[in-house]
Amino acid sequence: MKYLHLIWAALFRRKTRTILTLLSIIMAFLLFGLLDAVRVSFEDAGKSANGAERLQTGARLSFIQTLPKSLEPKIAAVSGVKDVAYANWFGGAYQDPHNQVFTFAVSDNYLDVYPEVLVTPEDRKAFNEDLNGILAGEMLIKKYGWKIGDTIPLQSQIFPNQEGSKNWSFKLVGVMKSKDGDAFQEGMVLLHWKKFDETTPYNQGEVGWYISRVKDVNQADRIARDIDALSANSDHETKTQTEEAATRNWIKQMADIGLIVTSIMGAVFFTLVLLTGNTMMQAVRERTSELAVLKTMGFSDNKVLALVLGESVLLLLLGGVIGLALVSAIGMVLPTMSGGMINNTHVGISSWALGIALASGIGVLIGALPALRAMRLNIVDALAGR
Amino acid sequence: MSTLVEIRDVSKTYARGKQKVEVLHHVNLDIQQGDFLALMGPSGSGKTTLLNLIGGLDSPSGGSISVGGQRIDTLGGGALAKWRAANVGFIFQFYNLLPMLSAQKNVEVPLLLTGLSAAERKRNAAIALQLVGLADRASHKPTELSGGQQQRVAIARAIVSDPSLLVCDEPTGDLDRQSAEDVLGLLQVLNREHGKTLIMVTHDPKAAEYAEQTLHLDKGTLVEQATA
Ligand SMILES: Nc1ncnc2c1ncn2[C@@H]1O[C@H](COP(=O)(O)OP(=O)(O)OP(=O)(O)O)[C@@H](O)[C@H]1O
Ligand SMILES: [Mg+2]
Repeated sequence: MKYLHLIWAALFRRKTRTILTLLSIIMAFLLFGLLDAVRVSFEDAGKSANGAERLQTGARLSFIQTLPKSLEPKIAAVSGVKDVAYANWFGGAYQDPHNQVFTFAVSDNYLDVYPEVLVTPEDRKAFNEDLNGILAGEMLIKKYGWKIGDTIPLQSQIFPNQEGSKNWSFKLVGVMKSKDGDAFQEGMVLLHWKKFDETTPYNQGEVGWYISRVKDVNQADRIARDIDALSANSDHETKTQTEEAATRNWIKQMADIGLIVTSIMGAVFFTLVLLTGNTMMQAVRERTSELAVLKTMGFSDNKVLALVLGESVLLLLLGGVIGLALVSAIGMVLPTMSGGMINNTHVGISSWALGIALASGIGVLIGALPALRAMRLNIVDALAGR
Repeated sequence: MSTLVEIRDVSKTYARGKQKVEVLHHVNLDIQQGDFLALMGPSGSGKTTLLNLIGGLDSPSGGSISVGGQRIDTLGGGALAKWRAANVGFIFQFYNLLPMLSAQKNVEVPLLLTGLSAAERKRNAAIALQLVGLADRASHKPTELSGGQQQRVAIARAIVSDPSLLVCDEPTGDLDRQSAEDVLGLLQVLNREHGKTLIMVTHDPKAAEYAEQTLHLDKGTLVEQATA
């Protein structure tokens, strides 16, 4: 530690260059922090206490295929099932196709299987009594400045109404809040499945997926198998999974987030290694005579090696910590910006640990060559400028 | 007076490409404790080479070198570094201070290798700076000091761990007359009042006058000449 001021001084010998290098490191770790948060948030998707007791039953082959409504009483009769709800994907965009709103057409008891979605009894009543009514998440309502009683036009990407238009319109009758502050739930819209089914010629008594709650979480696997057995060898074979597994599979069908994150960060860090490696090499070359003088004073080869390595590791750690700290700051606004797709974008312990480990690793990597050079430096030659 | 440095039959050969060049030929030299020795000679005669051998920066190709009764030509790199830290101070033509550190911090650098506490390091460095007359410049960076002042900081750094031997390679080579005289006067004080043994390479006969004895090197061979 008593050598820290020597390392610090060497690092900031060329202020501009070091600050520019530092900025690129900060940018790299900023990106790392954001992407890692996205990855973690996707990995955590569906992980909740309430989610554990929910099973999702979808078509075995593809999540686009629908299931017959006749399955509902059969699933309800499976032993261990507390209640069954169902939903269809509606899609949904508000005003502009880019303003995506996650909208689901749901059964009347849908909210019962999602106790973490809070709706006041009055709103719930208003929703039950109005077939054209919708419930919207609090965040969404704030985002677009909606008021209860407003007529809300929503565009479905897939389903036309009776007139063949994909522009539907509903009446906002209530607000949904999430007990866990889940941004997805606060950003979604629910409409009546009945209304959906009656209106669009594309859906004839079909259901997108079933959600059943189990009485005992430990029985979940057995119940899932029993539910799937109901449709075995039919033209609508099902696949029943816990909510967590289902969410993860659903995301996987869209994109392998882990692979994307890894590839982007691989490219970013590769560039970073080349860039900072070159800078360190240059910085040490410029200091040849200074390093030689340290050696004349009796600094051992190993000490000189450690000083240079310390310098590159310190540089990377500085940039890494600042970058990750910035992500934490940004994380507070990101859920709103992403419309609920990215939740909980705080930098978790695991991201910090991974980030710090990466920073140290890259620090050692880029410091190794210049440090070895410094260590092998021949005093007499260096002093004579050879 | 006892002998501090004993050089016996020392040769130094450099390989330049395939060809070998002997830069020092069978040099013999005794340097007494408390001596102030000037080393003169034409460029390329091997002065720096000899000085580097005495200071333990390099090892001879043949012969032996003892300092204070210890053979240093047989020491390995790590042991030699330890030996230098405890026994020799170096002063170069280009002061070679660390540009980011204040005068005070520069002088403290060799003390980092000792077991001294931060407070003790600070105190010892302050004393050394006082000795070279720069106590009032302790917080200045090298760029804020004149060449002469920088060289005096370098001298403070060379003596701060109290070595018995000071090795100086053209310490005034880059200084104007007045600054050179200040530095030489300072070296003389270190020799006379603090008992340091000094070996100084110089091209300047006036500088050599400050020494008690001047030796001449010519093409790698010593030619002794007594002066004043
Ligand atoms: N590492 C080395 N490799 C090859 N040749 C060397 C090396 N070091 C010194 N020499 C050669 O040895 C000779 C003596 O060099 P040295 O530096 O000791 O001379 P010097 O007397 O100090 O000269 P100057 O007064 O110019 O400083 C020179 O010819 C030099 O080129
Ligand atoms: Mg020389």
